[in-house]
Amino acid sequence: MIQLPDSFSYIRGRETLARAQVLKRTWPFVLDLCVAVMGLACFYGVVLIAKHWFGHAQPDIVISLSPRALPLYAFYSVVRIGLAYVLSLVFAVGYGYLAAYNKRLEALMIAGLDILQSIPVLSFLPGVMLAMVALFPTRQIGVELGAIVLIFTGQVWNMAFSFYSSIKSIPKELSEAASIYRFSRLQRLIQLELPYAAIGLVWNSMVSVAGGWFFLMACEMFVLGTRDFRLPGLGSYLQTAAGTGNYVAITWGLVTMVAIIVATDQLIWRPVIAWSDKFKFEQVESSARVQSPLLHLVQNSSALRALTRLTTAPLEERFYRRYADERKQRVAEAAATGSIESEGGERTRVAVIVVAAAVVGYAAFHALGLLRQVELAQFKEILKGAAATFMRVNVSLLLAAAWTIPAGVAIGFHPRLARIAQPLAQIAASVPATALFPVILLALIRMGGGLGIGSVALMMLGTQWYILFNVIAGAMAIPSDLREVATLFRFTTVQRWKTVILPGIFPFLITGLVTASGGAWNASIIAEYFRLKNQTLQTVGLGAQISAATDNGQFQILLLATMVMALMVVTINRLVWRPLYRLAGSRYKLEG
Amino acid sequence: MQMPIIRAERVEKYYAQPSENRIQVISPTDLSIVAGEIVALLGPSGSGKSTLLRMLTGLSAPSAGLVYWHEKPIATADVNVSIVFQSFALFPWLTVFENVEAPLKARGMDPAERRKRAMKILDTVGLDGFQSAYPKELSGGMRQRVGFARALVVEPEVLFMDEPFSALDVLTAENLRSELLELWQKKTIPTQAIFLVTHNIEEAVLLADRIIVLGRNPGHVRTDFKVGLQHPRDRKATAFTQLVDYIYKVLTQPDAQPPELPQTPTGKKVRDQRQMHYQMLPHARPGGIAGLLELVLDHNGKDDIYRLADDLAFEIDDLLPIVDAAQLLGFLTVTEGDAAITPTGAEYANSEILRQKELFRTAAVTNVLLLRQIVRAIEAKSDRTVAEEFFHDMLDEQFSEEETLRQLETAINWGRYAELFDFDASRRRFIQPQNVQNDAEPGVEIRE
Repeated sequence: MIQLPDSFSYIRGRETLARAQVLKRTWPFVLDLCVAVMGLACFYGVVLIAKHWFGHAQPDIVISLSPRALPLYAFYSVVRIGLAYVLSLVFAVGYGYLAAYNKRLEALMIAGLDILQSIPVLSFLPGVMLAMVALFPTRQIGVELGAIVLIFTGQVWNMAFSFYSSIKSIPKELSEAASIYRFSRLQRLIQLELPYAAIGLVWNSMVSVAGGWFFLMACEMFVLGTRDFRLPGLGSYLQTAAGTGNYVAITWGLVTMVAIIVATDQLIWRPVIAWSDKFKFEQVESSARVQSPLLHLVQNSSALRALTRLTTAPLEERFYRRYADERKQRVAEAAATGSIESEGGERTRVAVIVVAAAVVGYAAFHALGLLRQVELAQFKEILKGAAATFMRVNVSLLLAAAWTIPAGVAIGFHPRLARIAQPLAQIAASVPATALFPVILLALIRMGGGLGIGSVALMMLGTQWYILFNVIAGAMAIPSDLREVATLFRFTTVQRWKTVILPGIFPFLITGLVTASGGAWNASIIAEYFRLKNQTLQTVGLGAQISAATDNGQFQILLLATMVMALMVVTINRLVWRPLYRLAGSRYKLEG
Repeated sequence: MQMPIIRAERVEKYYAQPSENRIQVISPTDLSIVAGEIVALLGPSGSGKSTLLRMLTGLSAPSAGLVYWHEKPIATADVNVSIVFQSFALFPWLTVFENVEAPLKARGMDPAERRKRAMKILDTVGLDGFQSAYPKELSGGMRQRVGFARALVVEPEVLFMDEPFSALDVLTAENLRSELLELWQKKTIPTQAIFLVTHNIEEAVLLADRIIVLGRNPGHVRTDFKVGLQHPRDRKATAFTQLVDYIYKVLTQPDAQPPELPQTPTGKKVRDQRQMHYQMLPHARPGGIAGLLELVLDHNGKDDIYRLADDLAFEIDDLLPIVDAAQLLGFLTVTEGDAAITPTGAEYANSEILRQKELFRTAAVTNVLLLRQIVRAIEAKSDRTVAEEFFHDMLDEQFSEEETLRQLETAINWGRYAELFDFDASRRRFIQPQNVQNDAEPGVEIRE
């Protein structure tokens, strides 16, 4: 959920530096010990998870509200996020690689990426869950996998896109160097493509994992018809706590949430960002670098080094030798026959494509067949809901923009204010909105507000940060000489906003609004229909219809509503945001 | 006759267009590289020097024709070449040692052997003690040394270099050149031949045993001759400057046959293959043209182009477009490598800005077909605007996509300067220039 330009988010004070210096001088033995302890912890975690998963299915999980249960719940949630992330990373690299190098599939795959990125993932929740439960004999493992797959679908696309565009922008001479020196595909991947894409992947991973929390909170506990799916975790803890109105438990849950996010930032992202610094494709060394004591620890551990020397290094050698031998053989064969192409694979490929197309077509046809059951009245209802949600999304965007633009510009222009406001905003933004939904809804109902207004507030809760952080970055990017010109010529406030500030932040504002708009559509599914204290709150809207259809098991309505929503989001992206993006890229680009 | 290592037979490069037309980048060319020589490939930008180099290395396949490696088609041969790149093309995330080791790794060599070879070559190019540094910690010259080390570590039969010194400062470049020459002459490296692409004429004359000059539109060999000078070569020697002068003459007279060489040329002479509909607009800015004309005027209206370039400390690639543009507009005539200013040119150089624009306008409409067409098209339309796309499509028939865009950019630049038309960048349309005095909005005062 935090999308920060790297210029200001990770510049820390001198004491971090000092700490790094100290660690450099400690004996390697201590470092080894630390690594060993961490290794043991990981091992125990794996055992624990395995027991939970492969034991018999727990018939009905009761979420304990005791704070003592929290560490375990938090642990389960973190593991789910972690697994989904690893899955996403592998998939993103594979997808991006294939899209970049397969000329025939490229256009199709990129269009697919574009759409998948903008479809509200939460509407797939019921489908994915049911599929997984049906696929796996024990219900618990099905639900677990369902949650992981869902988080995966929420976080994979921007990573895939980042990897793809990195490969595409590799400087020509670097890739020519790799070809002329006969790099095998593996060596190319390890020494050229992955390093070149690393920085983009790291930043997108941060965004993705934050998004993952959003989905996890929503799908750890949900109801489908008469069936109640729940997983032990932080999300279900918070929902149960809000459902029973247990304020102590709510506080404990939120504190744990924030603690996890701060810990992830310190223990994972900072070391990773510091490490990825070496992949910066720049000619000169930059002065402001992120420091991480943990990274030092890992890099200076002689035990870890010995481990690579004994395991990955020989393996790598063997691979390289094999590829080199294969190449030699190929060249020898080619010299003998005079041709390097092989023609056998073509027919099988066509056959595979035909079969795949047939299967996909058949499935799609049957899905559309479901729509025949939709009655006209229901169809009208969906259209009405679509209009209502559309309004609500835009109102939430307007409201969010109304406070974040002035606030963001103020923060961006005043470094001192930024120093205070930045960390606060970061923490506020990093708490997944879905975790706060039940809590805030409880407060809203107490104050007498309905879900109609409440849902707008809930949408804003998740999406305003995108706008705020982008506006801050935009305001900081306005060159100071432009601002000085405005002062020099005594521009009025209106003139200043019209000629300097708004055009200056325009590209950033658009980026923020696009992300926020996508987030708001997604949030509508949770925000417009909520189950609290055994009663169901709902308002008119597309999101409510999707959720209600989920509850009642009306799959034809679910399908239609999801389609309408996806169509609307994609259309708005194409007709509104993309032209604005283009305008931002050409006319409002601040260069040099 | 020696067996060539690499031989190109009627290779050409073109890009097919949707219509019947195709854009010829390099016309059918024969070329061979034999053992024991340094070949320099010279030519103006856009003559396809780098494209030719990439075809000879097997990196890019020719559109027609074949390249042979020891008389076997290059696509199926076990080619052993290296390239030193202009941008160095080092992997910034690998240390100097890892960069140099990478090609050996790709060949499946043992770690111990790899280490020995890499350390030896680092020693040879003078990078002792830098093996664990990252490229970004090194100066440009040191980085290119890494580039050389990486290229030489595989002991290539032919070493290709794509403008290897042009990203370096003058002294560093000079130093590296002489070190390379020393390695080559003392046979410290087992390399059989060196193929150097450059746009620096002196560099070519300094290093090469054989010089090939390319012409453009489309790229073709204009002259190919052996350099008979003894090493070490003295830049001040008459034979040296004569040869440099000769190459300047060849380059500045794109349409003429190359004049007689002071030494004995042994090359083929190919004429321009196609008659162009549109002239190729040289990518020069009006300000640059004015500057050049003023300089020529200061030199009594006539000077050697080589000397002008020297005065300006310009590379040939930077100066030639400006000379071409001045020539196209009729401000300058070039004969035998000497540039002479015309009466209009002299008036242009001496005038103040508004008169300059007027002269430029007349010259542009008379001499440049594209600008003439744009002006006519605007006049013919009732709304006085024409889409850029219209001209884009016409130019597209003749130029590559990239060149079309550059042609349009130059045309817009010239047209705006001459106030022939204005260009609305957001709608991508040519529009009639606004008359400032009449159309000025109230509140926007142009003059006091």
